[in-house]
Amino acid sequence: MSGHLSSEVMTRAREVIALYPHPRSALIPVCHLAQEQDGWLSPEAVADVAELLGLQPAEVVGTASFYEMLRTEPVGKYVISVCTNIACMLQGAYELLDHAEQVLAIRPGSTTADGMFTLEDVECIADCGRAPCLSVNYRFFGDMTNETFDALVDDLRAGRLSEDVPPHGTLVRVRRDGGLRVDDETVSSERRAAAEAAAERSASPGGGV
Amino acid sequence: MALTEAPRILTSRIEQEDSHSLERYLATGGYAGLRKALSMTPEEVAAEVDAVSLLGRGGAGFPAGRKWSMLRQAPTTYLVVNGDESEPATFKDHLLLERDPHQLVEGCVICAYAIGAARVFLYVRGEFALGLERVQQAVNEAYSHGALGRDIFGSGFSLDLVVHPGAGAYICGEETALLESLEGKRGFPRIKPPYFPASIGLYGEPTVVNNVETLSNLPWVLVNGSEAFSKLGEGRSTGTRLFALSGHVKRPGVYEVEMVKTTFRDLVYAPLLGGGIPGGRDLKAFIPGGASAPWFGPDQIDLPLGQDEVAAQGSMLGSGSVIVMDSSTCVVRAAWRITRFFWRESCGQCTPCREGSGWLEKILRRIEDGRGREGDVDLLMDVCDNLAPGVSWPPQQTTICVLGPSIPSSIASGIRMFRDEFLVHVKDGRCPFG
Repeated sequence: MSGHLSSEVMTRAREVIALYPHPRSALIPVCHLAQEQDGWLSPEAVADVAELLGLQPAEVVGTASFYEMLRTEPVGKYVISVCTNIACMLQGAYELLDHAEQVLAIRPGSTTADGMFTLEDVECIADCGRAPCLSVNYRFFGDMTNETFDALVDDLRAGRLSEDVPPHGTLVRVRRDGGLRVDDETVSSERRAAAEAAAERSASPGGGV
Repeated sequence: MALTEAPRILTSRIEQEDSHSLERYLATGGYAGLRKALSMTPEEVAAEVDAVSLLGRGGAGFPAGRKWSMLRQAPTTYLVVNGDESEPATFKDHLLLERDPHQLVEGCVICAYAIGAARVFLYVRGEFALGLERVQQAVNEAYSHGALGRDIFGSGFSLDLVVHPGAGAYICGEETALLESLEGKRGFPRIKPPYFPASIGLYGEPTVVNNVETLSNLPWVLVNGSEAFSKLGEGRSTGTRLFALSGHVKRPGVYEVEMVKTTFRDLVYAPLLGGGIPGGRDLKAFIPGGASAPWFGPDQIDLPLGQDEVAAQGSMLGSGSVIVMDSSTCVVRAAWRITRFFWRESCGQCTPCREGSGWLEKILRRIEDGRGREGDVDLLMDVCDNLAPGVSWPPQQTTICVLGPSIPSSIASGIRMFRDEFLVHVKDGRCPFG
């Protein structure tokens, strides 16, 4: 164990793992937690995640690299994801993306020198009623124009949106209230009894309910 | 162009500021459906749902009741909820997750009771940060309210529900890829057979996978009965359905309308729905059911919003997303952008999809950029034929899942409906739309 992840993240990760019959199922949620600490999945964080899940680091990276949101390279504090898929394209998404490139002076896929912004050109983010739309750290902004884009960047830079848009890596701020409430034995005995009752009912038509 | 008097089954609360809260949910009849379900036997609940022809609202349109009845008998079974909405221009589950999460949680518990699931996993698309927060909040509240956990509402039925975030991969909406993802692996669709997770699903156990909107119907069905639901719509397409309308319309958005009784024309032009095309431009084409669906032209605008009615015309209602393209649209560019999506989202397991999507994207890109070559249009159709032999609908399967064979839809539609437009691009060496 590299001891990179804080004891708080480790505790929360163990709580998440306990929700699943098999630890590996918690791979994505635990990677999200690791990103909450660092903003991305550093090799040190990956080592801790692997240890928690009983996997090799290569298995964690091999899985995480399949998913767009799990970052194996550092990203900016704010990841601006401009949707250019069909519904947004029909409403001027590429013009918006061009504008974003000029304002931030970077190409999609790169990060500003001050580490503040990463710009991405992404697939549909399911906010097409407000096309063209974008997300900043997965918080949605719709009906974008060049002017509202400039204002958004100014607000982010000045910290005026820190309540609405946490730094990249913090995905879900509402935590689960406690672990599982029902033990496996209770569930199996309840389900067994229900199945037996159902079998009895079907054996005696009209006699059930 | 009158709209029907159908009740709002799914969106009765969403205009309320606090539609996501337990207080609002309880004040508007929330959890009454679950209480009723728990007073019935599981078989009665399943029969009630089977009686309504609730066609799955995720994309494939498989009847929910039949899916449940196929569940293999085993000591442990699971309910997995597909909230990984990623089909381009589909944004109705996003709305339900953010605005009425309790309705979904209630639907999950009703389903779990009917099928005897040991646990529920609610897989929510990772990018839906607010949706994830709202659903987790609703789950926390449902536990405190006694609608989840031990001995739900004193019924002797106990259940846990786990909210599981995805991490950005379109393919995870395919149900077997979703199960792989939920097992902590890459979202690679599983080889079929077995065709249904109902026999071998999560961790190899029998599993029902239902879509968010499908399950959100259940509280209403339990309270109002299968007859009231079946009165809405026609044929197999009963009830109401959420349609996500986007593209060149004055009022894009999610609309709940009665199936079959409402037409595409109503959806696009009715003042209370799409409100028509801006700038007085004409309709050029529309996509009736998500980016995977073959396109329709103005001749098909009067078709009813029904699953079988749309299938009979060679396309699909799919995920319920309708994309409108007006006369100013370059169809080469539209086909290119949809193809680029599939190329980026192909999981890479199968050669026709992994390689074919890239070739098609490159050819379309050069045609749109004015670098098209003579024969490119035929070449496109040839590659499409390798992905889905015959380029018909529904497509012939060459790959593990339906992503690959869906790629030709937009290209073949574009070429068949607007071949001249493709040829002009190649001949003039530029896009006539600028």
